[in-house]
Amino acid sequence: MASLARSVLRAATARSAPAIPALSRNAIPSSSRFVHITADASKPATEIPSSATEPFKVALSPESFKGYKFDVPELEFETTKKELVHLYEEMVKMRRMEMASDQLYKQKLIRGFCHLAIGQEAVAVGMEAGMKPDDKLITAYRCHPFTVQKGGTIKSVIAELLGREDGISKGKGGSMHMFTPTFFGGNGIVGAQVPVGAGLAFAQQYLGADNATFAMYGDGASNQGQVFEAYNMSKLWNLPCVFVCENNKYGMGTSAERSSMNTSYYTRGDVIPGLQVNAMDVLAVAAATKHARAYTLTSGPLVMELVTYRYGGHSLSDPGTTYRTRDEIQAMRSSSDPIQGLKARLLDWGIVEEHELKQIDKAAKEEVDLAVEEAKKSPEPKPEALWDDIYYKGSEPEFMRGREREEIHYFKK
Amino acid sequence: MAAIRDAQAHALASDETACIFGEDVSFGGVFRSTMGLAEEFEQGIVGFGIGMAAMGHTAIAEIQFSDYLMPAADQLVNEAAKYNYRSGGQHSAGKLTVRTPTQGVGHGALYHSQSVEQFYMGVPGLKVVMPRSPIQAKGLLLASIRDPNPVLFLEPKVLYRSSVEHVPSDDFTLPLSSAEVITPGSDITLISWGAPLYSCVKAINMLRSPPASLEAHVPESLREASVELIDLRTILPWDRETITKSVSKTGRCVIVHEAPVTGGVGAEISAHLQNTCFLKLEAPVNRIGGWDTPFPHVHETFYKPEDIRIFDGLLRTLQY
Repeated sequence: MASLARSVLRAATARSAPAIPALSRNAIPSSSRFVHITADASKPATEIPSSATEPFKVALSPESFKGYKFDVPELEFETTKKELVHLYEEMVKMRRMEMASDQLYKQKLIRGFCHLAIGQEAVAVGMEAGMKPDDKLITAYRCHPFTVQKGGTIKSVIAELLGREDGISKGKGGSMHMFTPTFFGGNGIVGAQVPVGAGLAFAQQYLGADNATFAMYGDGASNQGQVFEAYNMSKLWNLPCVFVCENNKYGMGTSAERSSMNTSYYTRGDVIPGLQVNAMDVLAVAAATKHARAYTLTSGPLVMELVTYRYGGHSLSDPGTTYRTRDEIQAMRSSSDPIQGLKARLLDWGIVEEHELKQIDKAAKEEVDLAVEEAKKSPEPKPEALWDDIYYKGSEPEFMRGREREEIHYFKK
Repeated sequence: MAAIRDAQAHALASDETACIFGEDVSFGGVFRSTMGLAEEFEQGIVGFGIGMAAMGHTAIAEIQFSDYLMPAADQLVNEAAKYNYRSGGQHSAGKLTVRTPTQGVGHGALYHSQSVEQFYMGVPGLKVVMPRSPIQAKGLLLASIRDPNPVLFLEPKVLYRSSVEHVPSDDFTLPLSSAEVITPGSDITLISWGAPLYSCVKAINMLRSPPASLEAHVPESLREASVELIDLRTILPWDRETITKSVSKTGRCVIVHEAPVTGGVGAEISAHLQNTCFLKLEAPVNRIGGWDTPFPHVHETFYKPEDIRIFDGLLRTLQY
């Protein structure tokens, strides 16, 4: 029935709106619009030291960045063997966690909305590597990896998804409502978090804090009016705010090209400079984040576009294959996967042995499996918890109504 | 006006994280309520304020007219009101107070006159406050700014210039969620908030000593009716106890608000009263408000619950 309605609708649309030639829809051909999103386009620039903690430089691919009224970061990224292994480990863990969520959802243990970031691991892990612990972060959907990167535990994320007491929001939030002291969510209204992020940055500036805010949104939310309101206020007052457009090419089931008059999201801040980043390369994301952070603290806002790709559907109710081809997904997986890309480099450069990586993979799986088991053991929130935290603790009204007289909840007994 | 400015000055002086922002605030706002203390971005302003509040800042946002809250409704309802709940108490927008002028002003027409309190009454987590006078405005505004929950503070704009009182210059607060019995009475309860309270007072006087043209309609016995006039002051969470106590005593109730009667705050209060005072009621609860039309321009006086309509409502309810 639904598909019938859809085909009728499609036919009607086709009649009323003649097809527009692809080129006129977007003057710039798509190949030149994006940075190259390959995962393994970097090589060591200096000799790799034997010590795990001694810094050395990695040359990033010249295709990693594109600037708009902005000098792109230098193409040499200083790191250590230890850090590279850590980045790999975190990405593997994030993928395992999201895969476990997928399984739990299919077992009907997680219900409701659930948006996974499989394929986009380099974004959360790379950004955390480039940020300082006190920097603030706010995003909308696909927030699970950020929650862990900003200090949450895997167990608290899984328990939140399962709606259990040990969840990071006491089991009352769910997929889009996860927070830590430096991570302001997880937001259910796409786009609404962007002006909130500008407000966080204003407070940082006002308090004279030496840290920045990263306000994230997707390619889908990028056309909202409030995003531009936030741009304006941020530039007006030169706030330490990096607007991060996480461009995974699809807003739900609509490709960026079909929704945006300009898909070069990093150029959309008018007088705010922009930086486009190959976000399938975790090192490029880390380097860009570091650079953006330093810039915004002295010179005001920046629009940083992280070009990435999600392997799964928009949410778990979307198979993700009706608006793009399986070939496209497969091509991304085989040529641009952020984990495989880093893995190949770690092996090529002789940083770790294959068996060590296997050990990391195994440990990540075990850690996530244990977190799932522990989360499952956590009880569901008590029915009375329904009334907690509506008003700030201690400032509640005398009572609030339930469905009927007997269900009135008295805060002050 | 001066009282509102005064309250904000106290807030700024006593709290170094306090910050005021909105459209045109640096030249005093359209009504000069921030005078001496800069755009059209309602969603941005409120969202921005939430971000500041979440960082522990006292944020006082001004929206030029309450009619303009519509674009910011998402930020208020989905972000500010739910921040504490959905984060399990980890983050809160409690330090946010959104000030905005509301209700009719005599010439505001469709987009500069509406009452909006009813739209926010069903939003747990938010507090909604409306003062009736300068002293009330100062005390309630300071309480709102210092309340640990996000507060929508609606200022009846017609009173900015018409209402005069000797406002104490001290730093003082008045309690939220607490209605005030302005004049105690025993025969009928008259509830309102904001500007219509002045029409309520006129209606009570009209009942006591009706003008010659109306004398014939008012039996002598009703002229002595003792009317209990209550200012609700906080719309959410509202003071059910004071209202229930009053109507249990009088058995008759008239509720007056400028917003349309359909879906208004009066509907919620009436429903509550039939639930708690059913056997005490001598007459149906009478609601007097704006008509179910857009807020009109030339017909404003016919739309608003002026004294004559309230007077009529009191008579009908007393005679039921």
